[in-house]
Amino acid sequence: MFAAYCVTGSQTIINKRTALLMKKIQFFIKAPIPLPKLLAITGLFCAFILNSVSSAQEPVRIAFMDPLSGTFASVGNTGKTILEFAVDYYYNSKGGILGGRMIEIVPLDNKQSPNETQLQFRRAISEEIQIIFQGNSSAVANTLNQTISRHNRRNPGQEVLQINYSAVDPILTEDNCSFWHFRFDAHANMKLNILTDYIAADPDIKSMYIIGQDYSFGQVVSDTTIKLLNEKRPDIEIVGNEFHPIGQVKDFTPYVTKIVSSGADAVITGNFGADMVSLARSIIDSGLDIPIYTFYAAYDGITATLGESGKDKIRLIHNGVANPLPTEARKQFNRDFKLAHPNNDVTQPRIVNALQMVVQAMEETQSTDPYDIALALEDMRFTTIGGEEIWMRGDDHQIFQKLSISVHTDEGVEFDADNSGYGLVTEYQVPLEETIVESSCQMRRPRR
Amino acid sequence: MLEVFIFATLNGLVTGFLLFMLASGLTLIFSMMGVLNFAHASFYMLGAYFAYSLSLYFGFWTGLIFAPLIVGALGAMIERYGLRRVHQSGHVAELVFTFGLAFLIEEATQFFWGRDTKNYQAPELLDFPLFTLLGQEFSAYRGFMMAISIGIFIGLYYVLTKSRVGIIIQAAISHPQTVANLGHNVPLIFMGVFGVGTALAGLAGVIAGPVLTTFPGMATVLGSIVFVIVVIGGLGSLAGAFIASLLIGLLQSYAIASDVGMPDLLNLLGVSFDRSHPLNDLWTMNLPQIAPVLPYLLLVLVLIFRPTGLLGNREE
Repeated sequence: MFAAYCVTGSQTIINKRTALLMKKIQFFIKAPIPLPKLLAITGLFCAFILNSVSSAQEPVRIAFMDPLSGTFASVGNTGKTILEFAVDYYYNSKGGILGGRMIEIVPLDNKQSPNETQLQFRRAISEEIQIIFQGNSSAVANTLNQTISRHNRRNPGQEVLQINYSAVDPILTEDNCSFWHFRFDAHANMKLNILTDYIAADPDIKSMYIIGQDYSFGQVVSDTTIKLLNEKRPDIEIVGNEFHPIGQVKDFTPYVTKIVSSGADAVITGNFGADMVSLARSIIDSGLDIPIYTFYAAYDGITATLGESGKDKIRLIHNGVANPLPTEARKQFNRDFKLAHPNNDVTQPRIVNALQMVVQAMEETQSTDPYDIALALEDMRFTTIGGEEIWMRGDDHQIFQKLSISVHTDEGVEFDADNSGYGLVTEYQVPLEETIVESSCQMRRPRR
Repeated sequence: MLEVFIFATLNGLVTGFLLFMLASGLTLIFSMMGVLNFAHASFYMLGAYFAYSLSLYFGFWTGLIFAPLIVGALGAMIERYGLRRVHQSGHVAELVFTFGLAFLIEEATQFFWGRDTKNYQAPELLDFPLFTLLGQEFSAYRGFMMAISIGIFIGLYYVLTKSRVGIIIQAAISHPQTVANLGHNVPLIFMGVFGVGTALAGLAGVIAGPVLTTFPGMATVLGSIVFVIVVIGGLGSLAGAFIASLLIGLLQSYAIASDVGMPDLLNLLGVSFDRSHPLNDLWTMNLPQIAPVLPYLLLVLVLIFRPTGLLGNREE
């Protein structure tokens, strides 16, 4: 801004403001200064200012849009902490990216509501932010996806990129796939494909109870589980298929009563946040001793709350790996993170993957234009700090990497969760190639 | 099926009694001051958090006794130094004050305790199944919750109807001027009632924290339902609040336990729609799915057919 003022306004400065200044200077040097000379001095001063502006380059601004207040605030805040830490750890402390530009994370609180997301998106636009990290709630991710597609269509040259690190409704990379959306987590069908393989291999399971939050992701978990189990183990009976309102249930005991009386051998749920921990607590409190298969039953207080009572009962399907961590680099990242944030954990290493891949795309293209970044991300193969190669499929912008099933326990846990001594230990792992699924995505590519 | 019914009833009663502990304080405060305390559920949350912190150092039982006292004292202070000043500016100002207070408490809680779920556990002493019926356990802690709530109900009922203090409170509700003229300190009574009301909410939080999990959203989840109870029961009516609490507790519990829905109704009527019908969501809806909405439905019905609430007698 000052630079612009210098360039366009230097004439005005001299005409209007310098009268006073000239008097002052003349007071000291006791001789009139000719105007051309003064112009030259101001010009030199301006040149100096301009120069310093360009060497302290503008930061690359990235928005982090997730719930930072309200019922699901803890998950959002942890994500923000991880992203900010990774930015400092890998880039800002090492002189930035693209030859000296820092990365600045701008937190935008969408309260996990689609309405609020629209407002925050407007704010991001007005602040000229072109990359948005978002993960919590597929409903929000769908809204953002549509909003961004519309915005980008109408505002060529000012496009925005959606970096989805956690919302796993398959539709985002299938029917509603978009050139401007990239997903860095395995979607629900990929995860359920592996999870149902695992369940099908357990001959003790003869019946299954499905319970989930009543919104897009919960419905997907239910429909896909029923479909896949029917194919893989038609003898497994689905004895319950329950939906409850998201974030509204005070007490899960009435639901658990139904689970108990149904005689189910296992429970599967896509619940997260407070809904997950309340459900698991109620199941365990009822004395029911059956495995609970989940997506999100760890960290942010959940592991500590489940503690001993959930040991060997709770299992999670997730991408990447849990204990034992594969490489020293990955371990060191955890340790350093823990030093800086003793009360948080590296809950979602995929945030780090997403950040590193986006930065690599920027470095490759020497650009922060979302279009260039998107092209570079397509079909990128990237080796994570965990030492595994992951692949961003160009056709639908879906990441592929190892999928793991881990168990909640306190044995063999090098990196625990919530400082509780309990954590996740990986029991079952599937390599990248076996996680690949077809996509119905027919992507519309923008022309440039 | 029998065990589902029995446990649904038990669960409904546990929830109902818990809701009553919140609703009783709210309705008492309303009948005294004529203002709905929007921050009431926030005191419930504070109770849980205080008890959690105390339980880390002194164990569960200390938290059970002292957390409600702290919350009650805090409530009394807020009445004395906040609400009483605002009171002079009328009901709207009071309403806005408690509304703001709710946000303030929620943010303060997150500031001091963080945003994650707290590991607040029931005491080991109560960590056993009270009884096992047809393969289902009923935990001792739930029995304990029920016992505490019933104890509070009886105690409250006794104090309000039989003791001298209760008679003065009841008089102060309907005729504050007369009570003041008789030489009683009405502002002190107000402060006491507010303190006890918030302490009851705090106690509800203490005993609910381990079961319903202690997290920053716990006030929001319970807040609206408590207002529904107070309105259904009739504003200012303690007996009404009691009936409405149990009614809603049982209603939700039975609705979740049931397995009926629109498909059954349609079968009964002999009508059927295919899955591509535009109102498919409506035709496949079942009762457990809408269980959490039922109290609000009941609220609307009560307001239409009996605007004063079940036992309310305020005609304005």
